[in-house]
Amino acid sequence: MSTAANIPPQFEIVDRPLDTQMTISMGPQHPSTHGVLRLELVLDGESVVKATPDIGYLHTGMEKLFEYRKYQQGIVITDRMDYLNPLGNNLAYVMAVEKLLQLEIPERAQIIRVLMCEMQRIASHLVWLGTHALDIGAMTVFFYAFREREKILNLIEAASGGRLTPSYFRIGGLMMDIPAGFERRVQQFIDDFPKAVKEFHTLVSGNRIFQKRTQGVGYISAEDAIDWGLSGPSLRGSGVALDIRRANPYCGYEKYDFEIPTELDCDVWARYMVRMREMLESHKIVIQALSRLQPGPVKADAPKIVLPDREAMKTHMDALIHHFLIVAEGFDVPAGEVYMPIEASKGELGVYVQSTGGPKPARVHFRGPSFVNLSALPHMSHGAMVADIVAIIGSLDIVLGEIDR
Amino acid sequence: MEEQKPQATILENQSDSNQEGKTPSLFAAALQREHSEWVASESQAFGEITIIVPREHIVAACAFLKSEPGLEFNFLADLCGFDRGPEEEPRFEVNYHLFSTTKFHRVRLKVLLNEDDAHVTTVTGIWRTANWHERETYDLFGVVFDEHPDLRRILLPDDWQGHALRKDFPLRGYEPYSLE
Repeated sequence: MSTAANIPPQFEIVDRPLDTQMTISMGPQHPSTHGVLRLELVLDGESVVKATPDIGYLHTGMEKLFEYRKYQQGIVITDRMDYLNPLGNNLAYVMAVEKLLQLEIPERAQIIRVLMCEMQRIASHLVWLGTHALDIGAMTVFFYAFREREKILNLIEAASGGRLTPSYFRIGGLMMDIPAGFERRVQQFIDDFPKAVKEFHTLVSGNRIFQKRTQGVGYISAEDAIDWGLSGPSLRGSGVALDIRRANPYCGYEKYDFEIPTELDCDVWARYMVRMREMLESHKIVIQALSRLQPGPVKADAPKIVLPDREAMKTHMDALIHHFLIVAEGFDVPAGEVYMPIEASKGELGVYVQSTGGPKPARVHFRGPSFVNLSALPHMSHGAMVADIVAIIGSLDIVLGEIDR
Repeated sequence: MEEQKPQATILENQSDSNQEGKTPSLFAAALQREHSEWVASESQAFGEITIIVPREHIVAACAFLKSEPGLEFNFLADLCGFDRGPEEEPRFEVNYHLFSTTKFHRVRLKVLLNEDDAHVTTVTGIWRTANWHERETYDLFGVVFDEHPDLRRILLPDDWQGHALRKDFPLRGYEPYSLE
């Protein structure tokens, strides 16, 4: 029965005249919590009086680890944060360090970054779609979504060698150029994708059960959403047309033509529709990026920071020396602090890097969108049913790897 | 990404700048106009503005930046701590990254805290999103946010000893931790 002793008074919302309340623990092994999230639910019958997220089960001290690794070694740690959007994490981190180093990134590298990030965004949204629908009871979508995601993962693997942990973006550019025939394979994906989205719509959007489970559930007004720091599709589902790609453009996003999808319903359904539309917008950006690809360098002209090409290393003495020094001792980054926000698949991913000079950062902090979005869950679950909680968690698209870090 | 135009107008209005050879940003100037003690110092680097605010004024300064027309910092993007090291004094920094969803500008406020008195008043009353950020900072640095509604550890277990992101905390902890 109710053990609400340690709940601060301002969170006590509903009176308990009959004292029929019950506190149960949902997770951390619950399949619909997308990892190891635990919710402490105070229930009155089947309605939720209070939902308190309990996180930290996946905490591995990543931010601490950054301080003990060289700047370039930090990239592989970022892969493991939001593991559905590793390229976005790579991008935010390397751009923060590049900002400190004031590096100029070649045009081709910028375009490939945009191309890969947008494909990664689609892949991330596909996992969200599959698991969100699965949570609500529509199992088929999962297989269709993962079939499409597989195509993107194959492309990422072709470029970087890794499917989930690509570490493709490096400080000063890319690990290497895209392989031969990559454009053709991306083109193939581009041609097939709109049909797949149509399929998803026929599977999910018209489904009466899905509509009933999501419409009017998990309401959060635009004002509250901003107050709670929601970002990304979760914020745009409340009608706020905010996209970091437009607000503080990076990687040349200001040159791409795309819309910011918003929905006014402020509920789970709205967030669903925003993400579905966003996939097609990303698809649009991929097409534009692909058409802009011109031959050119993919690494900045900074031999003391960027690893030399393999061939140059074997034939040039100075390239070999630079390679050795970068790997063995790292490179010095000038003292200073930067905050680099990007629009990741889940919202504003901000990386704060503080340097006091030397080859290792003094502090690296990740503002994970999942972390902040999840903190609004208690607000959204006012008066919800237990089954609604599952839908609301799904609509926030959280990844515990990023929340716990 | 900061707009250059409003800064130029400030340059005309604000001739008695206390920054040597530097134009104070629009935000620092606005803060200073409102209350002379709110800005301890200001720096601009890498296209970002950092304003150091005395800790007793941080809540008032945040509330002002949020409500002042033309500034409208209605979005707390991030709040994080930093430990300069046990021999430094002041030892801790708390960084507030503010963002405006209408003007799209950003500013960083910084509060410096001494180790023996690492207290700062919470800003959860201004942005509710500060709740978890402050809990995280408390958890990992031991900075206490006074008047916080629910100041508990968030990432580490409740019975954890020490604060993991402090510089004097060893990378692998003091002893093997067990849940028993």
